[in-house]
Order: sequence, then structure tokens, then C-alpha cells
Amino acid sequence: MRKVAIYGKGGIGKSTTTQNTVAGLAEMGKKVMVVGCDPKADSTRLLLGGLAQKTVLDTLREEGEDVELEDVLKPGYRNTSCVESGGPEPGVGCAGRGIITSINLLEQLGAYEEDKSLDYVFYDVLGDVVCGGFAMPIRDGKAEEIYIVVSGEMMAMYAANNICKGIVKFAQAGTVRLGGLICNSRKVDNEAQMIEEFAKRLGTQMIHFVPRDNMVQRAEINRKTVIDYDPVHPQADEYRALAKKIDENKLFVVPKPLSIPELEQLLIEYGLFN
Amino acid sequence: MLLRHTTDKIIEREALTVNPAKTCQPVGAMYAALGIHGCLPHSHGSQGCCSYHRSVLTRHYKEPVMAATSSFTEGSSVFGGQANLLQAINTIFSVYNPDVIAVHSTCLSETIGDDLTQIIAKAKEEGNVPNGKYVFHANTPSYVGSHVTGYANMVTAMVKTFSMKSSTKKNQVNIISGWIEPSDMREIKRIANQMMAKIVLFPDTSDVLDAPMTGKHEFYPKGGVTIPELISTGDSKFTIGLGPLCTLDACIKLENQCKVKFDSLELPIGIQATDTFITALSRAAGVQVPDSLTDERGRLIDIIADMQKYLYGKRVALFGDPDTLVPLTEFLVALDMKPVYIVTGTPDKTFEDRMASILSTKVPEAKYKAGERADTFLLHQWIKQQGVDLLIGNTYGKYIARDENIPFVRLGFPILDRVGHSYFPMVGYAGAMNLVTKILDVIMDKIDREVPEEKVELVM
Repeated sequence: MRKVAIYGKGGIGKSTTTQNTVAGLAEMGKKVMVVGCDPKADSTRLLLGGLAQKTVLDTLREEGEDVELEDVLKPGYRNTSCVESGGPEPGVGCAGRGIITSINLLEQLGAYEEDKSLDYVFYDVLGDVVCGGFAMPIRDGKAEEIYIVVSGEMMAMYAANNICKGIVKFAQAGTVRLGGLICNSRKVDNEAQMIEEFAKRLGTQMIHFVPRDNMVQRAEINRKTVIDYDPVHPQADEYRALAKKIDENKLFVVPKPLSIPELEQLLIEYGLFN
Repeated sequence: MLLRHTTDKIIEREALTVNPAKTCQPVGAMYAALGIHGCLPHSHGSQGCCSYHRSVLTRHYKEPVMAATSSFTEGSSVFGGQANLLQAINTIFSVYNPDVIAVHSTCLSETIGDDLTQIIAKAKEEGNVPNGKYVFHANTPSYVGSHVTGYANMVTAMVKTFSMKSSTKKNQVNIISGWIEPSDMREIKRIANQMMAKIVLFPDTSDVLDAPMTGKHEFYPKGGVTIPELISTGDSKFTIGLGPLCTLDACIKLENQCKVKFDSLELPIGIQATDTFITALSRAAGVQVPDSLTDERGRLIDIIADMQKYLYGKRVALFGDPDTLVPLTEFLVALDMKPVYIVTGTPDKTFEDRMASILSTKVPEAKYKAGERADTFLLHQWIKQQGVDLLIGNTYGKYIARDENIPFVRLGFPILDRVGHSYFPMVGYAGAMNLVTKILDVIMDKIDREVPEEKVELVM
């Protein structure tokens, strides 16, 4: 079983990219579980067709500790297993602890056991690594490969660089490695070249360049992944390509994060500051 | 009437615990860790946590309990406790020189998400852990479970860290001890010794928390399971876990890790549970049960038979930890007593079933409850509704006993106002004799005190 975590700046399209890629893997016949680690609980909407799902933490709060796996694990597109960790409303409680609690609970309930014969687990993680709790998916060998969704915008690259710092910390003690950057295009000048160079300096690769296409939004409004909504659209093939590249990926590294001046230099070189 | 506001009218409570029958996880983790020879427990959190855990253990055992802390400040809570723990490991090995540091987390370090696996690995990598020395950890957030959970987590961590399978099997049996007193652990070793069974008992707090006064302070007393013994548990031929809530996880871990099969038993409190334990040990170690133990059993039965009329039909209320309460209830039923009210603050899914199997036919009127709302307030309310002849529990029961004039036997954790629990066992046949004697003493003292003058008996 391969254990994958997707990180990236808030709003960069992690959930969308994750679900579309998972759809691609599912289409290839892989058995995938998606664990949404975002209090907003919108990481599995496209796979479940918008079905409102009870989160692990809501279930825990309402039904006490006698939670069954079936209560929180829902089958989605092509028999993918979907879980939402959930969490508190904005401004109260501790969302980080929520992620720790719900991942521990999933382990206790046997969601990862061999009899589930999973090929992949995907953790879709909220925004930046803001506290210890949000790093839970990369602790103790829970997720072993990480992909960072990034675009050519400065703050997205800044966030990606920060996430790499987190990975370095956990890679020292464990098995977690960076598998690559996924460029979710914002149509910035020289975007692909710049991210490729950024990836190279981090010691990794740009595993795929996902072009911007309104089809993604259209599918999203219809609560579907692109592959599900319009299987013959070229954008569907982009996600299939990404899924295939992840499936065949062999390059796993401990990244070398850049210093801020280096990062800024990179942006200048590729014309963003002109 | 210290608890004069307690009434017999029970109102459904959703989110209130009054006088809980439990304490917090790290207390258990710290107690278990002290059962390793030369071990310094370390609390990864703020100073106050560590102070409380040390003081409650010190007050219970009347022995100095040593433990270190990461001393979190506001800064550590924001930036994580890694720097403090790395510094602590360094300081502890250079100043206090233990063989092992057993780290447990606290609510704060758990909530901010400190990753102890990663921090300890970093300490090793940076050369802060000297050769032949060990640092390991257990996660013990207090908002999950109770002190019992903390004990179980630390025991499981011992297996995870140390138990190793080599190419040669050892002719020994592991006994994983649930939460019992040093005296009880000593008694289990005595029983095994009488049977000539070779065992590794862990954790083992005898000669640590009941160390003799010699005039010289030993920072690390001579007792406790040693690291080579702990490592060798992976080569043992069998494991017996005593008290499922405290030891079942460790048994399972040991089987998965080293393929050592196990039996999970109740703590050997009372006749039946002791019979079961001795039979299991005899089978696992391939040894006979000696006459000396059969004689002990006979003497116990003799006391019970002689004093039957003072025990028969007496109503008992008890509170404490599930692993103690289950065999204790079974023993009380065997004494023809009626354990009518039982509460434990420790959440335990198996508690109701375990209790039902003992009580449903023998004492159908019994009420029992586990979890957050099963507090000593509820127990007191039940007693107000219909009284009892005996109360068994930790020191906190003294207020109920005083208000309701109930004979009271102190048993469990913590006992802060009497001595003896750490020196006289309650497990095994000898322990059961102690227990019956204590029960009879308090019941008969009350009779002597309150019976009309013309009814005072010299011979009872």
C-alpha cells in the first residue's frame, strides 16, 4: 500500500487535484482511500457526488467512542473509500488535535488493515503545515510520499518551500519523502519553466503540469471529477497522466528547502518581478 | 457531614462529573516506568503536571518518587517542546545517569502535536543518548481514558521498545503485571518461586516503591525489571497478562512482534482468579503446583468457612479500576456477600459484560457503571437510596464512609491516609486472606461498637 499526502497553500487546488487524480487511479483499477484532513470537510465532495458525509469527529462527538468504521467510511466514485476527518468551527477548539484523534481512530478501527486491500491512501491536508497536528499525516510513517501542489505565484511557492522544511524535519526520523511538485497552473508567465527550476533546486521534480481549464470548475459545480463528468475531455487526460506518473514515480527525496533570498532570486530570474 | 449536599435524588447528568473515580494518564505511565530498574520517568509538558504525578505517587507509597520534566513555557507551547526535551535528555544523562529514560507526554504536548518518536530519534542521532542507555516513550493524553490507560500505554511501549526475538528460545514465562501494589508484584514472584516456574515479571515495582530504610538514599533502588530481562521477553515461551485493560495491548504487541503466545487473565484477586492464574502458570511453565500453595488455599477457605455468618448477605459498594473491580466482585460473590453498587471512572467497553457474567444470576439487583459519569457522587447517591454494610475503595471513600457510618476497607489507588497497601498483598491466596481479614475487622469492629451492651460478645 502506498501512503500519499498532498500538501500546498490554501486555495491552490489540493482537494480538486487530489480527487481528480484519485479518479484517474481508480479508473486504472486501483483501490484508493481518501482521508480529508481539513476541518472544512470538502476533500471528498467530488468523489461522493456532493453527498454530505458525517465526519469522524462529528461522529465521535455525537455517538461517543463506540464508532464503527462504516459510520465514517463512505464509498465514492468507482469504489474509492472516502473519509472526512472534520474538525471544529473556525475560531474554536483545536483542529490540529482533531486530525491526530481521527487518524488514530481510523487506525484503531482497522481502516488500513490488509483485508481492505488498499493500493493507495491519500491524505488531503489543510493549507500550510501550521502546527504539530497538521503534520500528523507525515509522522510515524503514516504517509510516506508527499506531493506539493503549487503554482507560479510567489506565495504558493513560498508555502511549498515551508512545507519542505517540515518534510526535512520528519524525514530525519522516518520514512517520509517528497515525491514531487504538482503545478496547478494559474497562467503565470514562464510558469512551467519556473516550477521545474524550483523543483530542481529542491532536489525533486515537477511531476506534472496541470493546465488551467474551465472544465474543472464545470465538473466541480456538478459535484464530479472531470474524469467522471466528461471522460473524453482533454483535461481528463491530464489527470490520467498525473495519476499514471504518480503510479510510476520512483523519485523520492529529502528536499533541500531554499532560503528566502534564493526563492526571490528565482522569481526575478523567471520574470515575475519585471 | 462533609458530603451533606449529596441527596438520594438522582438527576440525569450530561456533562458533569462530581468526585471522579479516576485520575490522569501520566500517573499510570510514571508508576509503570518505575517498574524498570534504573529508570527515570520523564514528563514531557509543563512542570505542574510532573509535580502532581510525583506527589500523588509519593503520598500513596510514602517513598520519594523521582521524575524529570520538560518544563514547558509559553514559548515551548508555541514553538514545540523539541528543544526542551533534547536539552533534558542531555542533562538527565549527565547529571542523574539513569539506565533508561521513559518519556510520557501530557495534555499540552499532545495537543500541540509534539512528535516524540521524531524528537527521540533526533536525540539519538545527535549523540545525546550514551551507548547502552535507552530513551523510549508512551503517548498519554489525559483527555483519553484514565490513569489505567496511561499504565497500559507505558507497558505496551516497553514491549514495543525492548522485546526482541533471537534465535534461541528461553525456558521462561513472561508475566505482564496490571496495576497492582509492589507487595502484589512481590507476591506473584513468591508464588512463581514456590512453583519453581522461571518468570520475567514486568513492570515490577517491588524493591523500588517499598524499598527498605538503610540510612542511605538510593536514587535508583535495587528493584525493577532489568533491560536484558525486558529484551529477553521476546524469547520467552509464553506470556500471561494479568488484568486485561492494563496488559492486553502489550500481550498482543508481544505476540505480533516476537510470536510469543499469551493468555489474558483477570488479576489474581480472590480464590477463583488465583486458581486460574496458578493453573495457567503451571501449564505455561510446565511445573507442578506444590502442596504449600494448596495448603495456603486451604487456610483461606478455612477462614471463610469459620467466619461465614459475618460475611453472608452483606451489601457492599465498591469503586476503583475495572481490572481490580472485576475479580474483587467475583471474590465478594464467592464470600456470599452482595456487591450491589460498583463504579469506575475508567471507560471500559467490556466492563458491563464482565460484571454481568458475575452478577446477573447471583446478585441481580446490582448496579454498576463505567465511564465519565460513573463517579463517587453517583455511588453515594445509590447508597443514600438503600444503604450498604461495607464500602471498598481508595482514600476518597472516607468521606462517604464517615457520613453514612459504613465500615470502610481501603483498596485501590490512591491511598493517601493509611499504610500497609504497599507491604501486604491482596493477590494470591495470601492476599485473599489479608483481604478477608480486613473486611471482617471493619465489619466486626462496627458490631462491637454499636451493639447494645447486653449483646456484646467476647467470642465471635
